[in-house]
Parts: sequence; structure tokens; C-alpha cells
Amino acid sequence: MTVVSCKGVEKTFIKGRESVEVLAGINLEIEEGDFLALMGPSGSGKTTLLNLIGGLDHPSAGSVVVGGQPLAEMSAKQLAKWRSANVGFIFQFYNLLPVLSAQRNVELPLLLTALSGKQRQANAAAALQIVGLADRAKHKPGELSGGQQQRVAIARAIVADPGLLVCDEPTGDLDRDTADEILKLLETLNGEYGKTIIMVTHDPKAAEHAAQVLRMDKGLLVENAA
Amino acid sequence: MSRLGFMWANLFRRPVRTWLTLVSVMIAFLLFVLLRTVSHSFSEGGGFGEPGIDRLMVSPKYSIIDPLPISALQQIAGVDGVLAVTHGDWFGGVYQDRANFFPKYPVKPIPHFEMYSEYLIDPQHLEAFATTRTGAVAPLAMAVKYGWKVGDKIPIEGDIWAKKDGSRNWEFDLVGTYAAPEDQQQPGVFLLNYAYFDEARDFGEGTVGWFTVRIADTERAAEIANAIDALFTNSLNPTRTMTEAEQARQFMQQIGDIELMMTGILAAVFFTILLLTGNTMAQALRERVPELAVLKTIGFSDGAVAALVLGEALLLCAVGALFGTVLAIGAAVVIGPGMEEAMGVFEVSGSTVASALGLSALLGLVVGAVPSFTAQRLSIVDALRKQ
Repeated sequence: MTVVSCKGVEKTFIKGRESVEVLAGINLEIEEGDFLALMGPSGSGKTTLLNLIGGLDHPSAGSVVVGGQPLAEMSAKQLAKWRSANVGFIFQFYNLLPVLSAQRNVELPLLLTALSGKQRQANAAAALQIVGLADRAKHKPGELSGGQQQRVAIARAIVADPGLLVCDEPTGDLDRDTADEILKLLETLNGEYGKTIIMVTHDPKAAEHAAQVLRMDKGLLVENAA
Repeated sequence: MSRLGFMWANLFRRPVRTWLTLVSVMIAFLLFVLLRTVSHSFSEGGGFGEPGIDRLMVSPKYSIIDPLPISALQQIAGVDGVLAVTHGDWFGGVYQDRANFFPKYPVKPIPHFEMYSEYLIDPQHLEAFATTRTGAVAPLAMAVKYGWKVGDKIPIEGDIWAKKDGSRNWEFDLVGTYAAPEDQQQPGVFLLNYAYFDEARDFGEGTVGWFTVRIADTERAAEIANAIDALFTNSLNPTRTMTEAEQARQFMQQIGDIELMMTGILAAVFFTILLLTGNTMAQALRERVPELAVLKTIGFSDGAVAALVLGEALLLCAVGALFGTVLAIGAAVVIGPGMEEAMGVFEVSGSTVASALGLSALLGLVVGAVPSFTAQRLSIVDALRKQ
């Protein structure tokens, strides 16, 4: 079953008087349960494509359909609600809230649900258990290593049980060993929990963990590397 | 974690800054509640009783510290329409401690109580007051408050008036008490015998502070007042005569000026707090742009993020206002008795507390409006790109 379908997707940014074409007609289909790595040089449009698939931005032309939902037809409010239920985001710099403990950072997306306080806590604890950080629940991000912070970020991404995880350079700020641990965790989420994962990376070693690698250059998919 | 807990946690991302802002807001509301209470006490009329409608006050025209010669009494008594005249003066003085403030007037006992017939005094006490050279009478409430009994000697240290022997230690014999009208919340006036005061003081002999005049026809009050003032127009001691009601009205006008002054002070305080708190919220927003973008990314709508930022501003102002108001209520309890000496009543009213809470909400809305709007318009992609 196709989870993500991009047809003729173009994206142009206006910078002053110039318009910069970042995506120049992307056609892409991603099946449910795929683990896809998007590679390419800086400025090739990887993150822009990821943002469009994650419903963070709209294409200038073409259509993006995720889970059968044409994203262009949704209002900003509908998109926000859709993201909270269907997409988990993992960033290079973790983007945890420094004032909250690991447990509360993970609990954050559940504030948008009708779950009770106790249920939210239980779900957050379960997510932390999955990423192997149950014993660090009370720690704030500043008290955790980079790898641990990324695990918390992953727990936050999966706590609402979305089908799709979009990861923008998830190991870009980590050493090799820690990066491997994070990538294995993503593999587990893909293999054991059935999450569809799209990961942007510059790192060929990281891309090796994906089932499929696509390369982008100058706003186009240039090659299927796997 | 609730949304309120989340807002509270966000406020304390920089604890020192937040605490300093909270303390500033707290002090602003402490001032607000106390000044409003002072203002309210004044506007309640300071606890004075109803002014007599058939009494005129003859005061020095230019300054209350200019004395009037007592010889003027006969001239005033001769004015057509005048039924009776008596006089009073301001003694000042301190009883044991400056905190024990109450007014003290040297008066002629019998004419005074005839003039102010709403004050009730036992005839025997009045007789004793009139015949005891160092005699004094006090309102019953005052006597109870200071634990005085008839027969006690009341020492007063003169701060305006010294005695002819250079001493400032005055001693009066409490020969009686009197009852103030029920609607008078002030403790009243400690009355002493003018004859003794005038004879013993080291300067100003034969002068008084003011005359009180009873008239036969209240409709002729203005005419009689003009006639009295006309007597002294070209003298060394020109007078200004008005009804007690007019004097009360002018007093209220001065209170109006005090209110205006207090409003000015509070406006300046709150403008400063507005800038300070606004700056805190703006700084907090700038520091949190990526975090707000992340919130939007994980599903918080534009409106939810805006509400969160606005809620933080409201929470900061509400907590500051609450602490400030509670502190002011505590302060009012502590300083209340002293203030009541001067103003009759000094209590933080429910309307003042409600005004403080309403003002805190307004302050929060004003302070939070711009950051909230900015947060609402924040583009996720732009904010994440700037990391």
C-alpha cells in the first residue's frame, strides 16, 4: 500500500527579487513499512521534500498525498491536527524543550489528545521504555548526552503512534557509535513496529541502514541507489 | 503535565529574569492596592461626620497658620443673622509616640459643646471641663483605646506650642468623656481648655485658629459669610468664611486632586511594568523561536501556540498581581490601625482586589498580544531553517 505519493512536485522560494527553484518536479511513491534514505549534496532539496511530505509546507506545483490525504486540500489547522496523529518528526539537533524533563518532552504531543493525565504519563513512559531511556525519565535535556537526547526525541516522535516517521539528519550531530545505536533503533521501529521511515542523510553509512536509498541533485531525484 | 504546568515551566526557562519580573509586577500591584485603599478611604470622607448646615467656618484668608485675634469674636457675633460664635485652634503635640496620632483642639468648653450639640457630654463632665483650668475631655472611643480613665493625667509633648517656661511638656487632667455621632468613624478630637492653653503658651496669646459661627437662616449663609469677611477685608487678619458643607466640599476637591496624583503615580508605575514585562516576554519569545516551531511541527496549531504564549504573559501578571495583592492585604492589616487614626477607615475592599485582578488580566493581554501574534504567524520551515 502506498503511503506517500508525490506527483510533479515543485517548490520555488522567493528571495528578494530572485526566485529559487528547490524542487523541479519530483515523482515519488513510498510504500507502507519502507525505510527510505534520501541522500544528496547540500541544497539538493532533500529537507524541502521532507517538509512537504511531513505537511510542514506546501508545494508550488504538483501534489503530495500521504495516507490517502491530499495535503494541499487541508487548512493550516487541519494540517496541524493531521501531523499530530500521523507523522513523527526527528531532527538533527533533537529540538527538545530544555525546561521539561525527558518524560514531559515525550508527553508533549499527547497534550493535544483527549487522554487523561495518567494515560499520557503511561504512554510517555512506554515510549521511553521502547527507546531504552526509562531510567532517564526525570532528567532534563541538559543532563543527557547527545545520543540520549536523540532517543528522547524519537520517543516523542512515536508516542502518539504515527505510521510515518520523517527524520532530518538524525545522526548528523552524533559520533559513529552513537549514530549506529540510533540507526538500529530506527531499524527496530521500522522492522518491529511497522513504521514507515523517510530519513534525510549525508552519511552513506547511515544510509546503509535503510532498505532503499534515493539520491537527489538540483531538485530532482537522480538515481535509485538501492 | 497540564497545559498550565507547561506554561509555568516555560516561564522559568530563565529563572532569575522571571523572578525579577515577578517581583516588579508584585510591587506594582502592592502599590496599586495600597494607594487605591488610601484613595478609597479619602473618598469615603475620611470618616468625618455630616457637616452642620447651619454652621460657618471663619478661617484666615491666606494660610491656616495665620492666627486670628480673639477680639474678632465680638465683631463676628455682632453680624446680623449670627446666633453664636466660638473658636478653636490646632494644638498639634505628641502623646507618647508619633504613631498615637489624634487631633487636639483648645476650645471654650461650654460654647464649644453648645455649638456642636451632636456631640453628647455628661453635664457633670462639661462642668468639670469648664471649671478645671488644665481640664480636657476625650471621645469615649479614644479613652478606651488608650486606656484612660477620668482623673488620669494626660501628658502631651508640644511640637508647635511651648510653655512660657520653655518647657514643651504639657499635662492635662482628663475630667470627662463625650460621645461622637454614630456615623463618625474617626476617633474624634481631644479637647483642652483654651483659657489654660492661651495663658500658658509662650507666643500667640489672644489668638485663635478659627471661629465657628451658628446662623439663624441657612439660606442667608452666603450673605452672612460675606458680611463677616467684609469686617476684616482691610485688617491685618483678613478672613475666609464658608459653610461647613462648603469646607467639606473643598476638602473633597483636594481629595480629588490626591486621587489624580495617585492615578498619575500608578499610571507611571504600570507603564514601566508594561515595558519591563513586555521586554521579558519579547526576549523569551526570541529565545524560543525554534521551540515554538517544534511545537507547531508536532501538531500544535497556530492558535494553540499563540494561546500558549498569551497564557504565559497572563500567568506571569496574574501570579505577580496575586502575590502583590496578598502582600498589600497583609500590609493593610499591619499599618491599618495607624492609618485609621488619620483617615477613619483603612481596609482593602473587595472592589480594590477585583480591580487588581482585572488590571492584571489587562496587563497580561497587552504584554502578551504582540509576542502571541508573532508566535501565531511563525513559519515552521523558516524557524527551523534559522537554527
